Amino acid sequence: MSFLELKDLRIHFPTDDGLVRSVDGLSFSLERGRTLGIVGESGSGKSVTSLGILGLHKGGRARISGEIWLDGEELVGASQEHVRRLRGKKMAMIFQDPLSAMHPFYTVGDQIIEAYRIHNDVSKKVARKHAVDMLGRVGIPQPDRRVDSYPHEFSGGMRQRAMIAMALSCDPELLIADEPTTALDVTVQAQILDLMRDLQRDFDAALIIITHDLGVVAELSDDILVMYGGKCVEYGTSEDIFERPEHPYTWGLLGSMPRLDREPTERLLPIKGSPPSLINVPSGCAFHPRCVFEERTGGLAKVEVPELLESEGGHLVRCHLPAERRRAIWQKEVKPNLEAS
Amino acid sequence: MVSYIIRRLIAAVLMLVVVSIVTFSIFFVIPRLAGVTTIDFASRYVGSKGASAETVAAIADKLGFNDPLVVQYGRWIKGIVLGAEYDTGASVEHCPAPCLGYSFITKTPVWPELLDRLPVTVSLAIGASIIWLIAGVATGVVSALRRGSFFDRAAMGVALAGVSLPIFFTGIICLVFFSYRFGITAPGGSYTAITENPGEWAYDLILPWITLAFLYAASYARLTRAGMLETMGEDYIRTARAKGLPESKVIVKHGLRGALTPILTIFGLDLGLLLGGAVLTESTFSLPGLGKYAVQAIQSNDLPKIMGVVLLVTLFVVLANLIVDLLYAVVDPRVRLG
Amino acid sequence: MKKRYATPAFLAAGVALSLGLSACGGGGGGETKNDSGSAAGSQEAQANAGLESVVNPSDKKGGTLKMAITEAWDSIDPGDTYYGLSWNFSRIYGRPLVTYKPAPGQGGRELVPDLAESLGKSSDDGKTWTYKLRQGVKFEDGTPITSKDVKYAVLRQLDKDTFVNGPTYFNDWLDLPKDFKSVYKTPDVNTDSAIETPDDQTIVFHLKKAFSGFDNFAALPATVPVPKDKDTGIKYRQHPVASGPYMFEKVEEGKQYTLVRNPNWDQATDPIRKALPDRYEVSLGVEANDLDNRIVAGDLHVDLAGTGVQAAAVGTIQADPQLKNRTDNPTGSRTWYISILGDNPPLDNVDCRKAIIYGADRVGLQNAYGGQLAGEIATGLMPPSIGGWKKLDLYPTATGDVEKAKAALQACGKPEGFETVMTFRSDRPKEQAAAESLQQALAKVGIKLTLKGFPTSEYFSSYAGKPAYTKANNIGLATNGWSADWNTGFGFMSQIVDSRVVRAAGNYNLSVRSDEIDSLIDQANSEQDKSKSDAIWGQIDQKVMEGAYVLPEVWSKGLLLRGKGLTNVFVSGAWDMYDYLNMGVE
Repeated sequence: MSFLELKDLRIHFPTDDGLVRSVDGLSFSLERGRTLGIVGESGSGKSVTSLGILGLHKGGRARISGEIWLDGEELVGASQEHVRRLRGKKMAMIFQDPLSAMHPFYTVGDQIIEAYRIHNDVSKKVARKHAVDMLGRVGIPQPDRRVDSYPHEFSGGMRQRAMIAMALSCDPELLIADEPTTALDVTVQAQILDLMRDLQRDFDAALIIITHDLGVVAELSDDILVMYGGKCVEYGTSEDIFERPEHPYTWGLLGSMPRLDREPTERLLPIKGSPPSLINVPSGCAFHPRCVFEERTGGLAKVEVPELLESEGGHLVRCHLPAERRRAIWQKEVKPNLEAS
Repeated sequence: MVSYIIRRLIAAVLMLVVVSIVTFSIFFVIPRLAGVTTIDFASRYVGSKGASAETVAAIADKLGFNDPLVVQYGRWIKGIVLGAEYDTGASVEHCPAPCLGYSFITKTPVWPELLDRLPVTVSLAIGASIIWLIAGVATGVVSALRRGSFFDRAAMGVALAGVSLPIFFTGIICLVFFSYRFGITAPGGSYTAITENPGEWAYDLILPWITLAFLYAASYARLTRAGMLETMGEDYIRTARAKGLPESKVIVKHGLRGALTPILTIFGLDLGLLLGGAVLTESTFSLPGLGKYAVQAIQSNDLPKIMGVVLLVTLFVVLANLIVDLLYAVVDPRVRLG
Repeated sequence: MKKRYATPAFLAAGVALSLGLSACGGGGGGETKNDSGSAAGSQEAQANAGLESVVNPSDKKGGTLKMAITEAWDSIDPGDTYYGLSWNFSRIYGRPLVTYKPAPGQGGRELVPDLAESLGKSSDDGKTWTYKLRQGVKFEDGTPITSKDVKYAVLRQLDKDTFVNGPTYFNDWLDLPKDFKSVYKTPDVNTDSAIETPDDQTIVFHLKKAFSGFDNFAALPATVPVPKDKDTGIKYRQHPVASGPYMFEKVEEGKQYTLVRNPNWDQATDPIRKALPDRYEVSLGVEANDLDNRIVAGDLHVDLAGTGVQAAAVGTIQADPQLKNRTDNPTGSRTWYISILGDNPPLDNVDCRKAIIYGADRVGLQNAYGGQLAGEIATGLMPPSIGGWKKLDLYPTATGDVEKAKAALQACGKPEGFETVMTFRSDRPKEQAAAESLQQALAKVGIKLTLKGFPTSEYFSSYAGKPAYTKANNIGLATNGWSADWNTGFGFMSQIVDSRVVRAAGNYNLSVRSDEIDSLIDQANSEQDKSKSDAIWGQIDQKVMEGAYVLPEVWSKGLLLRGKGLTNVFVSGAWDMYDYLNMGVE
């Protein structure tokens, strides 16, 4: 069994308007030392998935089913208290906007010390030294002084480094980074991504990067999982996704990817429409109302939910179009378009 | 920071001067403008039914009502700064600074009386505020965490009642039942100094505390609930949970801490005003505090007492504001006092 | 236990209702209301038992007597006080020359010697009064009390600049030397022309003119001895030196007075005091409704004010027979009335004044003051507790006699009625209600009233009591009220019917202007025979009514509540409140 394994995970939220199927039958696995990128638009269920793995939906309104196996332990059925003890220690998370994700009233040091002392029975002094070490390790200059600064006294990039230091303070085996660079400008983004890659290597952790931006995961990820409407629509190695993508949605994402060799406003293959409602999920393939190639399924996409099927060598795709046609469309219609400029 | 405090203290002194002028005007200048003569003033302080006109005129002179108003005001301020002399008939007494004057009625210097009444009010205010803070904040937190539950609805209903019911009503009802019918609390008018017997002190004050606290706890519960609902949805709460922090710590150390700032503001003002005298509570429970003192002074038209209380209340409110501002910087490091 | 405390629940409900809030059925009310009390009823005192007899007589010593009052009175300095309750209460720590006999009802109006061996002996046709002091009476520090201490006490309180509160009888009547200002300003002036002390036990008062009722002056707390070396002027009130059985332990202005036994008081020198409790506690500034509740519950013994319970408690008491048995409803020596000012026409005509009295709804006025328990419809200015009182029957006392009023208007030449202005104290709802009642009643006979309210503090000094104002503003009627300094005609009437006391402002006599009455007052004051003097005061009352100078409203009544465990309780005719001299606790 893999280090992390999700089996048919479903996370639904009952609301006054109806049941929100944020995650609807998600399965994947991840080994230590490897990086998985989960990509999708906002509302695709990727963040809910990460919070679900950490058990942060427990005790709330969410209905959770399926299995989450972490290092041989099942977490969905485990007690809240048990999962809490794993949080921060065995699995940790880096959040999107470190300004709002860090408590404004406590110093950065205090927040790292707190995280460390939850799981390590050490004195404040020891924990403080550890915090200074961690801050140094993530590349914050003069960490012994910055440890006493408040989050608002840091720059955006510094804050994200501090956030990473906090997440790594207990040496987690699974690290989930939720949009770790979204709030940062481009040069800082690159630095943070470099840092994460280095740290992951050092810590030998399993890393999940959640993003709406394929560019972020391009260099970092071993595997990539594309989510749409709470479901995985395509899964494969980084190479699979970037070189041989087979799902129309993934093509859309690739087309939306800002690239240094293009004007950022250009969208060669935009995805029309907006993400699907998670309450009234479109019938058949959830993507069909936005899919350019929907009519080529002969109406099937409107009525039947496609299965997530293996295309070749572990590359999974959820699409009614036969694999050959998908590859043909990619090669003949989509790829030239993307490369044309 | 230090310069900030100094500037605020100077502002506070200016505030006191303004308030003293306004107060003086209300009680001395405006009535005169409205046609009240110095004789009318003096006749309030002559008790006898058949006091002769000469006696009243002599009293008006003795109390200084015939002097120009500026002189009267100056004399009052001078007394506060330097002290003053008072004729007791038999001798001349010195009233040391800060001399807020001699009562026209009880012939006692006002300042020592204020000091004498202060501990009662402080005991009442501090005790009640501790209770309402704990009860109000706890109720608000639980209500927020269980929004929509039976507890939440019941607590907010009670809170609404608490805000609406006047203390002279709840106070008398409480006294009748708890003190006179069941005999478990002290009767009205009970007060023991804490220095004398702390147990008695608490026993005597528990009913006024609870009654007063009920009134305030209600609004604090509502305030806390709203604040908690907001902060518990903040990203940093999710972070705290993701760190593996136990839920109780998440709520108190991260959630409540964030929700406390607006409560602190209100609390400072409430406490400042209360220290100036919980008028209704002290009257209802017959407690000899500053509020009761103010009521007695107003009922008997005893101007030096009224003005003394007003100045003291102003001082407390100004100080409370200053302390709140300073605490603000402590609670929320983003606030910088320059 | 439950039964014992059954009543306060009612009280709470009563309070709730009086506050205009809906009480939710009053939890423990009904079930315990009537099921007790009747068996023991024959043993227990009934309502009004304290008016004519001593309730719960006892000689048991010990315990703490707890008294309370909503607001502090003027002063505990016997030379600086003008409240009946204070004159009554001050006798537990101070001994005036004479005092009122501690006896219920009428008996309480009789004067008996206290510090003096006997009542005053007059000579020089009533201008000189001599008293002999008892032997062996001492101050709380053991110093023997001499006539010089009494002389000093009387002289010091003449300084009205310092002692602003007390009455001015001694100022007005003593034959003082011209150059005497006060004991503080002119300490060396010989005052023997006013008061002589030929020896330590004898004191002789010299008056400017004859006064037969001087023993009433000698009963004023001003004659309570004050040691000169302990006199601190206005600060003496911080510790008046005791000559009675109790001395002040602690004086906390506005908060509490406590008194303990005076070790230097000797029962052998004092035939009228029992000195039963070991200790007195007087709480000041007690919330009015809470005070009533505490007396009901037994936590307090006496409402020192002696004016009766609050409206909330009246309702409660009426609903509870057991509680009602603990009450007394004396008629006090206070009259609420309306002055009919003859300054402006047409009220300078006696028939126009009579029209107002005929037209008034007397029951409506009684209701304005709180109904039957709070006051009896007054037929004259003088209340029944005053010596010489006789029932007058000059005017009807029903709800207004339109025909007689119209006849009176005809007689005064205003058959169509007239317009005038009426003043009242705007901070006194009862007086406002009375003014409104009169306005309605007189409208029926064509007399149109315009009502004007003024604050109490300036009512007499700037408005109703200032002739220049009343003349200029067509004031024809003014609400008024008066209580006796002591229960004689002089004690009640002298300040309100003598036209010669009228000043530029601050008058209480707003309307009585009659030479005939003035000369009757002089006759009464010089008459040595008390019963004859009393009769003249009765005659004066009749003249006031014949002249229609006032419209009497009610003689006030208070609903007094006897505290639990209180002994020797009775209403003294001297003050129409409980006598505080000899109360004890079980």
